[in-house]
Amino acid sequence: MTVLRLAFRNVLGAGLKTWLNVAVLSLAFVVIVWVQGFYDGVNQQALDAIIDIEYAGGQFWHEEYDKFDPLTLEQSHGKISPDVQKIIDDGNAIPILTTLGAIYPHGRMISLMIKGVKTDQDIIPLPSHVLENGNPNLIPALIGTRMAEAGEIEKGDVITMRWRDANGTFDATDVEIVEIMNTIAPSIDAGQIWIPIESLREAMQMPGEATVITVRKGFDVEIGEFGQFYFMLPEKLLEDMINVMKGRDIFWMIMYVLLSSLGLLAIFDTQMLAVFRRRKEMGMLMALGMTRKEIVGTFTLEGALQGLLSVVVAFAWGAPICYWTMTTGFRFGNLKEGGGFAIPTVVYPEYSPQLVFGTIFILMFFITLVSFLPVRRVVKLKPTDALRGRWS
Amino acid sequence: MQNSKLIRTENLVKKFPVGKGFFTALRDINLEFDKGEFTGLVGPSGSGKTTLLNIIGALDDPSEGEAYVMNSEVSQLSHGKAAELRNQHLGFIFQTYNLLPVYNVFENVEFPLLLLRLPTKERRQMVMEALEWVGLTDKVKSKPVNLSGGERQRVAIARAMVKKPKIVLADEPTANLDAKNSHNVLKMMVDLNRELKSTFIFATHDEKVIQYLRRKITLEDGRVIDDVPMVTNGLNKGSQS
Repeated sequence: MTVLRLAFRNVLGAGLKTWLNVAVLSLAFVVIVWVQGFYDGVNQQALDAIIDIEYAGGQFWHEEYDKFDPLTLEQSHGKISPDVQKIIDDGNAIPILTTLGAIYPHGRMISLMIKGVKTDQDIIPLPSHVLENGNPNLIPALIGTRMAEAGEIEKGDVITMRWRDANGTFDATDVEIVEIMNTIAPSIDAGQIWIPIESLREAMQMPGEATVITVRKGFDVEIGEFGQFYFMLPEKLLEDMINVMKGRDIFWMIMYVLLSSLGLLAIFDTQMLAVFRRRKEMGMLMALGMTRKEIVGTFTLEGALQGLLSVVVAFAWGAPICYWTMTTGFRFGNLKEGGGFAIPTVVYPEYSPQLVFGTIFILMFFITLVSFLPVRRVVKLKPTDALRGRWS
Repeated sequence: MQNSKLIRTENLVKKFPVGKGFFTALRDINLEFDKGEFTGLVGPSGSGKTTLLNIIGALDDPSEGEAYVMNSEVSQLSHGKAAELRNQHLGFIFQTYNLLPVYNVFENVEFPLLLLRLPTKERRQMVMEALEWVGLTDKVKSKPVNLSGGERQRVAIARAMVKKPKIVLADEPTANLDAKNSHNVLKMMVDLNRELKSTFIFATHDEKVIQYLRRKITLEDGRVIDDVPMVTNGLNKGSQS
């Protein structure tokens, strides 16, 4: 208690020095939480966007299908089992047929995935109804802005599309780009062209077949195998993506460590200087009868108290800023790409209790540690040397 | 070994390493101090006054021989026990005052009592009493930086005396004071010596201090060359019990 009281007095008595430390530390606290919250917000919104736009309530995958291996697409199609067909007929799922192909805009060849989707679906927010428009003599096609940019394609363009059918025979036809959609999800845009599923089934000679079947959000399906298909919930479907995100976490971890180090360096520097400057004071404290443990405790607590004070100060000015950014978000204009992930144009940072309290705990631990490290030399200091301002 | 003497040194030697050899600061010191003494260790710089004071104050260990303070052998005390001895029975007064700069006068004087874990009310009473002894009751809120040299030394005296220690060790207490302040401070210490019966031991070569001593121990090259009672020309008529 005496040590705490003395540390408290010293912190308050140090005046400007304390407040400068507190200012630097509180800045470090807020910046760390803010940056990490921003990153968490981006990740969460990316995952939410993928669920909303692509996975909805889960997907049936053909047993040969591997999302990350386009070479499996040739085999990954099959007849839909009656029980899955019933879900589709009830309007709770949509079949999607996917194959590899190419388009030839402006005489260039661009390899891509051709995806067939029902035009009257409302399960994923793909504007597939536009596929009912256009020239009735041409297959209507829908692409995203990324695909349009890559191929310099505009709405209304008629381009040649080529594919291989179920028998391995190459075939081609002209398609009309009836709409260019603006989506934040590259996974339904980049390197893809959407056409009506019946047109693709006919072109591929795969009547009634699908590659994946997306289930309506909120519709319950039992996990398991359904003929050639098996069902997975969105959480399972996102596993790979979450793993990829974890890989990107290393960058953010480095940022986190760098920012923390800045704050800790400030307090370490201050403590080092303070210990150096206050050697005589320590000698005096020993002469007055303070034990070495008490002196180490007092100086360590001083650092910890400054840390605690900076948490309070950081909360006072940081919380309103974080709350404001959390509710209004950050507008990023046309920035949409983030290593293949969806980055929303407005990012809403997420400040979870784990993030806030975890950061407080980690920083407080290290602040206390860096406060202790320079002071522990006092343990070896002779009182007479300390009183003369010597180190040993 | 129990002994009635408050402080006793036997064949005390202190050596400091210097380069590859040693500098002998104290040689064969055999001294005894009683309760209530007002004694000075006198001698030129480097004669060993401060070293002897530090050993008596359990701030340093002897290289050879023994120093007993209140029947505890200083060199045998653990760090904790030495701190306890200083905390409970010793008061220090330094040439440079060594006040804690972030504390005000009241807090500086209160500090030793905090270490003794005395209750707030008792602490307050004792601090105000000590500040009355040194005439600084009007400066309780002042920080050391706002005090004159004489006032700072008076605060240091109040801090040393507040717990009414059995032994007060003063190392050149008047070295940074002018003549008037020196006499004021010394008169104050004489009064406290009389009132509290604390043993005062000074390390000094200041003639003004020497005038007040009742016993003068002269050191030269680490040896006691003279140990005599003083005729105090009326400045300190004695209080030894």
